[in-house]
Amino acid sequence: MESLAKVLKEHPFLEGLEQRHIDFITGCGSNVVFKKDEFLFREGDEANHFYFIRHGKIIIETYIPQKGPIAIQTRETGDVTGWSWLIPPYRWHFDARAVELTRAIALDGKCLRGKMDEDHELGYELMRRFARLMAQRLEATRMQLFDVYGGNTKE
Amino acid sequence: MILVLESGNLQSLFDTLISEKYQIIGPTLDNSALIYDEITNVDDLPVGYTDEQDGGRYRLVKSGGKKYFDYVVGQHTWKRYLYPPEKKLFELKRKGDGFEIVENKQEIHKRAFIGVRACEIEAIRIQDEILLEGPYKDADYERCRQNIFIVAVNCVRPGGTCFCVSMGTGPRATKGFDLAITEIVDNSGHYFLIESGTKAGEKIMKEIKGKEADQNAIETADRLMKEAENKMGRRLDTDDIKELLYRNFESSRWEVVAQRCLNCGNCTLVCPTCFCINIEDISGLEVNSAKRVRKWDSCFTLDHSYIYGGSVRTSAKARYRQWLTHKLASWIDQFGMSGCVGCGRCITWCPVGIDITEEVQAIRESEGKGKIMADKEE
Amino acid sequence: MAEIQKNKKAIGFKDDPMMPRQFMIQRFRRDTVDTFSMELKPVSGPKKFDFKPGQFNMIYVFGVGEVPISISGDPTRPEKLVHTTRAVGNVTKAMDSLKSGRTLGVRGPLGTSWPVEEAEGNDVVLVAGGIGMAPLRPVMYYLLAHRENYGKIVLLYGARTPSDILYQKELEKWRSRLDLEVHITVDRGTGSWRGNVGVVTNLIGRAPFDHLNCTAMVCGPEIMMRFSALGLQKRGVEPADIYVSMERNMKCGIGLCGHCQMGPLFVCKDGPVFRYSDIKEIFTRREY
Repeated sequence: MESLAKVLKEHPFLEGLEQRHIDFITGCGSNVVFKKDEFLFREGDEANHFYFIRHGKIIIETYIPQKGPIAIQTRETGDVTGWSWLIPPYRWHFDARAVELTRAIALDGKCLRGKMDEDHELGYELMRRFARLMAQRLEATRMQLFDVYGGNTKE
Repeated sequence: MILVLESGNLQSLFDTLISEKYQIIGPTLDNSALIYDEITNVDDLPVGYTDEQDGGRYRLVKSGGKKYFDYVVGQHTWKRYLYPPEKKLFELKRKGDGFEIVENKQEIHKRAFIGVRACEIEAIRIQDEILLEGPYKDADYERCRQNIFIVAVNCVRPGGTCFCVSMGTGPRATKGFDLAITEIVDNSGHYFLIESGTKAGEKIMKEIKGKEADQNAIETADRLMKEAENKMGRRLDTDDIKELLYRNFESSRWEVVAQRCLNCGNCTLVCPTCFCINIEDISGLEVNSAKRVRKWDSCFTLDHSYIYGGSVRTSAKARYRQWLTHKLASWIDQFGMSGCVGCGRCITWCPVGIDITEEVQAIRESEGKGKIMADKEE
Repeated sequence: MAEIQKNKKAIGFKDDPMMPRQFMIQRFRRDTVDTFSMELKPVSGPKKFDFKPGQFNMIYVFGVGEVPISISGDPTRPEKLVHTTRAVGNVTKAMDSLKSGRTLGVRGPLGTSWPVEEAEGNDVVLVAGGIGMAPLRPVMYYLLAHRENYGKIVLLYGARTPSDILYQKELEKWRSRLDLEVHITVDRGTGSWRGNVGVVTNLIGRAPFDHLNCTAMVCGPEIMMRFSALGLQKRGVEPADIYVSMERNMKCGIGLCGHCQMGPLFVCKDGPVFRYSDIKEIFTRREY
């Protein structure tokens, strides 16, 4: 458990948080391992966690009938992923699959949601961080939409 | 050396130049339009004609007088001879798996330009700077530019769209000529005051039927030129002009002018300094030959800024802004001088009479006043 | 009369900068479905073609036309002139149909280069998008040939799909080196692709380099360069340490035809490589 606390304390995502908040968040965390092709979460399931990826790579994807899985974006070592736990109705919108053996810290969102409602300072600090994360995702998604490289290649 | 040449003896200048093997290019009439073409005789000049110029308007009218140079500039520029509208640069022939270049061996005439106005001399200097003095030169321009003898004519009667005084280029030619002529009609008759600017000019002067100029003729010319300065049809305030245009990149005036601009490119074709060209590689009818042709181009076309996928300047507004801002602002950064000599051709030959001086003034006056509305229909 | 100057730099045939020199195609290789590389050798004249990373040539196809194409070979091996081209227009499609043994016209090298010498002592970050990998490849060669002069070397490369990735074998080799950080991502993951999916700017945030001592060189579509420059600045890189390579219509390549103007700049002779801090004000101007 100590290494988990250390990882979270030193993670840039939580940089600047008060120790008591880090302690609380650490209390909501647990180490998890996903084997290659194992799902972290599936579309439609209840979203009660988010993840700090300690090592490995996962892919956010969606499944289109007759077409198969469509890759959206990959997440790698050091990334934080998952924010559906923060916004009602707390359901995952996409699938997340490990493309290789992936170790992560899963944070219990249900537990955090309750605490954030009580402690608005923690709520604000976490919301601020997730807002930035979501802005990054939005920007990347927009750029992906531009299809900047053009070309004749078939997908 | 300064001479006085009686009007009746102007032919002696022509004859001297011809005997020195110069092909003379000067103003002449073609289908009632004033053009620059080969002439051999003073009667080829538009004697007794004058011009009326305004935004989108050009009229040649008979003045009833006998003056040889009583008009200013028409739609032609000397660029036509130095940097022609279309020029084959070289040919290529297939040879085995490769090709060989056949150079353009065409003989270029020793030419005398007669009737070059002060603004045009500046325009030639500007093109010299761009096409010869940069990191690379245009070899064909260099060939055409060699052996050009310039006979300047000072503008005693500036035109309706002239603003050379604002641009500091005229009305009197002060440099860049071999000979400079001021045509004078006064109590003592009809004569030319001729100054030389180079050794080549002096050499020609010695051969023509002139006499040494008296003080009266010199003073008369000075007075006429002084008066001409106050007869400019247009005026352009060049104070801080580069920064003015740079900081008004987003001015709504560009929208206003774009509503009138036809994007026809006339202004670029009559401009004596516009240098944009296209390089066309054309394959011959028989597949073993090809040629490279240099043609005038215009920043008013969509193709001008085309790169794979589309054009950079898609709107009429952006293209007009590019032209005007290049001419009066970015040209200064590029070449250390303005790209406008104040000849007024772009105003006269614009089919809808868009006036570069008016556009700059409108932008100047709009600063800090918010959005500019389009003028009401008259 | 103006004093006529002699041409200061020979780039073409004889002393006319508009006349191409003749080069023979030695090798032709298809890189992707629409992209190909050619190795060229001069038919006559100097055997070596010295150039600086980032410079380009005007390439002429007999009777068809001429286009600017960046040089993508190794600047430390000037006996081979290499171009990687995407067949998108008349001229490049005609090039695509040529075979070994045929000849092309070449005028160059032209334009400014990537600041490989100024970057000595620094970490170097290369951000490439699509065909933008081609003008950055000479930088990789140069850096590797002078590896000891640089800190970390990071290559971030984004392509549209896995099959659009250029120089795949070479990238594999570079990836296996311990003294290089090579990260590749695609906008659209397809088939058996196991690598990153997402835009190239995603890679900037977690790339290992010292933002205070780095030189960043960005090449790709204009919009990709804009976002990459922003991404680098978010990482703390100074605008003066970022370089981009611009693309505009070019007919002459030598500052005479007027087509490549971007405000006061001629992309052909003032660029194509610009310091981002010098052009950032006009970079986002529309239709400039």
